[in-house]
Amino acid sequence: MKLNTNSNVYTIVYASVTVIVVAFLLAFVSLALHETQQKNIDNDKRSQILAAIGQRGIASDQVEATFDKAVLCQLVLNAKGDSVGNDAFSIENKAITDDNLPLYICQTGTDTLYVIPLTGRGLWGGLWGYISLKSDFQTVAGAHFSHESETAGLGARIVEEDFQNKFVGKKAFADTDFSEVVLSVTKKVENPASDVDAITGATLTSNGVHNMLRDCIARYQQYFKAHTIK
Amino acid sequence: MSKLFSKEQKEVFAGPLTLTTPVVAQVLGICAALAVTSQLKPAIVMGLSVTVITAFSNVIISLIRNTIPNRIRIIVQLVVVAALVTIVSEILKAYAYDVSTQLSVYVGLIITNCILMGRLEAFAMMNGPWESFLDGVGNGLGYAWILVVVGFVRELLGSGSLLGFEIVPSDWAFFHNDMMTMPAMHLSSWAASSGRIAPSTR
Repeated sequence: MKLNTNSNVYTIVYASVTVIVVAFLLAFVSLALHETQQKNIDNDKRSQILAAIGQRGIASDQVEATFDKAVLCQLVLNAKGDSVGNDAFSIENKAITDDNLPLYICQTGTDTLYVIPLTGRGLWGGLWGYISLKSDFQTVAGAHFSHESETAGLGARIVEEDFQNKFVGKKAFADTDFSEVVLSVTKKVENPASDVDAITGATLTSNGVHNMLRDCIARYQQYFKAHTIK
Repeated sequence: MSKLFSKEQKEVFAGPLTLTTPVVAQVLGICAALAVTSQLKPAIVMGLSVTVITAFSNVIISLIRNTIPNRIRIIVQLVVVAALVTIVSEILKAYAYDVSTQLSVYVGLIITNCILMGRLEAFAMMNGPWESFLDGVGNGLGYAWILVVVGFVRELLGSGSLLGFEIVPSDWAFFHNDMMTMPAMHLSSWAASSGRIAPSTR
């Protein structure tokens, strides 16, 4: 039998069959691998949180154990700063709102550190990260940033350890009322206690990090106010 | 064995490894080749991924070449390549997560790699599955070995390491120069800020 492979009907049927076969194949692969992928994504998130409390470069098979040891407790806070849950880890960055705030309380050495997730926008796409504050809720103990698609060699340098380490020891809030976040990323460092030098040539990414820090840290004001040791 | 590899088939396989290497001689797939070679490991994974995809897409297209309607043949080729790339990308995400984040968009961009469409259109549409397989593996490996050589040099001279293991002590400055691993657009500002060239010549 000789098919006319140039006829309209044949072409349409052929295209449909091809697409359906491929769709089933890809759906199968995606389902089959989903669990393993999710495990990797979770481990990646754990290692980012660990990086924010200064524990970097942990082997991937050690990440879960190290995380479980370092994180004393997870809290979900509402806008008033009250704890409404304890499964902070399962909250995805997209789901963070003023009324749904994850907080990780961690222990490194003798220090208790409070890790806040950060989400914001850079020049080309999303930014996210974690920042840890010491138990005075004032001093930054560490930070970790990631990005979706910032310019390689410029904005993408926010992932570098050198940049992230500049945040260590900076002051996050203006006073013990926690009403104003003073931690900044600026081109001109005027107050070295709270300002971090921006990345040259990456003004918009640096501004994105600045705004992300301001927005996300400010949301925890009520909790900090209630729990600070006077 | 002589039936398995005729003289022409050996040529089909060995040609792209030597005289008609996709990257160097045909100047195909350059963008991804430069982007993923700052370290050796992503270069190897990228090379292998491309090899697997060229080989299998060549075989699949060659098997169905007589049934493909001529008017939509490029689309059918694209669907086959895109499906294979998606599968490879999903597998990397599941079993080599750190490499897949390093390669980021470049795995997905294998779809638009000219080597693939070039081989499908020029070879697989006109030859049997076995020849097409050899042609795919040959072209993939021809691409891969250039990537591996470039990745080797860039990681050794740029970071003083190979596959992440430190080869050269970190106080030997020449082997830790960022020139090798840095994207080109950043070079001028780096050179100016570190005093290599006067800022006015930027």
